[in-house]
Amino acid sequence: MKVLVCVKRVVDFNTRIQVKSDGTGVQLDGVKFSMNPFDEIAVEEAIRLKEAGIASEVVAVSIGNDKSQDTLRSALAMGADSAVLINADQEVQPLAAAKALKTVVEQQQPKLVLMGKQAIDDDANQTGQMLAALLGWPQATFASELVIDGDTANVTREVDAGLETLNVDLPAVVTSDLRLNEPRYIKLPDIMKAKRKPLDTLAMADVAGGETAMIETVKTSAPPQRQAGIKVDSTEALLAELKTRNLV
Amino acid sequence: MSNILVIAEHANGQLNNSTARAVACAKAIGGEVTVLALTASGDEVATAAATIAGVSNVINLQDVSNGHALAATQAPQIAAIADGYSHVLAPNSTFGKDLMPRVAALMDAPMVTDIMAVHDARTFDRPVYAGNAITTVKVPDSVAVVATVRCASWAPEAGEQAAAAVESSANSAALPTHTRFVGLVSEQGDRPDLQAADRVVSGGRGLGAAEHFALVEGLADKLGAAVGASRAAVDSGWVPNDLQVGQTGKIIAPELYIAAGISGAIQHLAGIKDAGTIVAINKDPDAPIFEVADIGLVADLHQVLPELTNAL
Ligand SMILES: Cc1cc2nc3c(=O)[nH]c(=O)nc-3n(C[C@H](O)[C@H](O)[C@H](O)COP(=O)(O)OP(=O)(O)OC[C@H]3O[C@@H](n4cnc5c(N)ncnc54)[C@H](O)[C@@H]3O)c2cc1C
Repeated sequence: MKVLVCVKRVVDFNTRIQVKSDGTGVQLDGVKFSMNPFDEIAVEEAIRLKEAGIASEVVAVSIGNDKSQDTLRSALAMGADSAVLINADQEVQPLAAAKALKTVVEQQQPKLVLMGKQAIDDDANQTGQMLAALLGWPQATFASELVIDGDTANVTREVDAGLETLNVDLPAVVTSDLRLNEPRYIKLPDIMKAKRKPLDTLAMADVAGGETAMIETVKTSAPPQRQAGIKVDSTEALLAELKTRNLV
Repeated sequence: MSNILVIAEHANGQLNNSTARAVACAKAIGGEVTVLALTASGDEVATAAATIAGVSNVINLQDVSNGHALAATQAPQIAAIADGYSHVLAPNSTFGKDLMPRVAALMDAPMVTDIMAVHDARTFDRPVYAGNAITTVKVPDSVAVVATVRCASWAPEAGEQAAAAVESSANSAALPTHTRFVGLVSEQGDRPDLQAADRVVSGGRGLGAAEHFALVEGLADKLGAAVGASRAAVDSGWVPNDLQVGQTGKIIAPELYIAAGISGAIQHLAGIKDAGTIVAINKDPDAPIFEVADIGLVADLHQVLPELTNAL
């Protein structure tokens, strides 16, 4: 079974985000970028499926500019067999991303598509579900456990009420939550090996026509900042303060 | 004028309070508000939705597949009736997050996740980068607005209205059979629901061990508070996943939030930005949680939590 895993290059999760004063976006110059942490978990899951003899081949796909090649090389270093870059310099919103990925899915014919539940830049949480809808496939989002069982998969999902389990026919789209696994560290020899693995490039316009960003971003602003309040020095003082503020 | 469809969230015949929050957002957009209840049987959910202030109509769409909320079977039912509506909204709970992108794609519409403020019928604020930036976004006139509503930003209107009309309807869309519900493991005990509670006490890695979480629970019970946790506490297996507060857990807005042994990583803070008063108990004076705490106490939680619990 072939597995397709989708990865996005995003601002590293440890970065302190600065909103530009002219409202045109957030400061991206000189900022560290990495693979979206949820996607890293998706890649790890795909590779574990291969190591377990369940997946035969893992193909990593990314949509973005040339720099997304680095992200794909990381996926290859983790253990993916080949990679496809859908080259786009412009903003690609989830609906357009899902349409582009649909084309790649039709070309590659995977039995499973794995990706992060959300990207930590736009926090949209849409692409996996949209891709599943466009393909007419099952979706299992927010996965914390994935068990392939012949032509179906049992997926445990982190939902507001607890842990829900779905059984879905394959092919399916599964989106990863944080507790699906802990991604491995990449070792130097793997980085060298990854350089020799195939990485194909497709043009965004060739895989999905039409507008890539239908929703206009009018402006970006900094959120209201909470101010540090007071410090108290004992439990009694804390309790007194809570009482004064009518909170207990 | 806008004609807004709000998807009801419910389980076990009970309407979730998130629905009224989504209705509050719909009212800010302005126009007619119709609530769609996708149910397998019964009319409790539809009847409850009809009394939410500001609701004009309720549609109770019944189909056997609606026994469990599965996006794969519910999205086509919604897309089939969404045609006449300018907006389709749902709460940004795991229910809405799972469902609405599937609805949007079936309608060939883009989607707005997590509306926190409304400028006009097509222009909204939404958080990005774990709430460290807010974007104002505009949906073009050519498509319906499909969106989820950030529950913590919208308080349900107080009081009930005289029940709006409830219309029964049946599904006409072809539904897939490729997705099956197997089970739900829920450890919700008698404590208040994390997302609805006025008071929340949360514990983090600083608790040190699973059994020490009892200190958090003891204080929570004294205060009638819900229990929350950081990712580190959930990852350690001390508490179930549904207690996680933050960017990828629950976004909450209690009046009082007490964080014990939580450092205040941006992903955790993303979940408590709208809390009324934040109290931090942490032994590290430089912990980032103190940058946002209204009341901070630099101390060992193993001492403070029992003292506070006993003094209450
Ligand atoms: C993509 C992504 C998403 C994430 N989403 C979330 C999320 O939704 N929610 C979330 O919480 N995290 C999330 N995280 C993780 C987040 O970055 C932090 O790692 C996590 O919040 C840390 O949890 P903590 O504060 O309990 O642990 P730590 O950061 O280890 O902090 C423990 C704190 O306890 C204090 N302490 C220790 N002993 C004592 C004592 N005896 N008395 C008092 N204080 C003590 C320490 O001083 C320290 O400040 C996410 C991370 C990523 C990458």
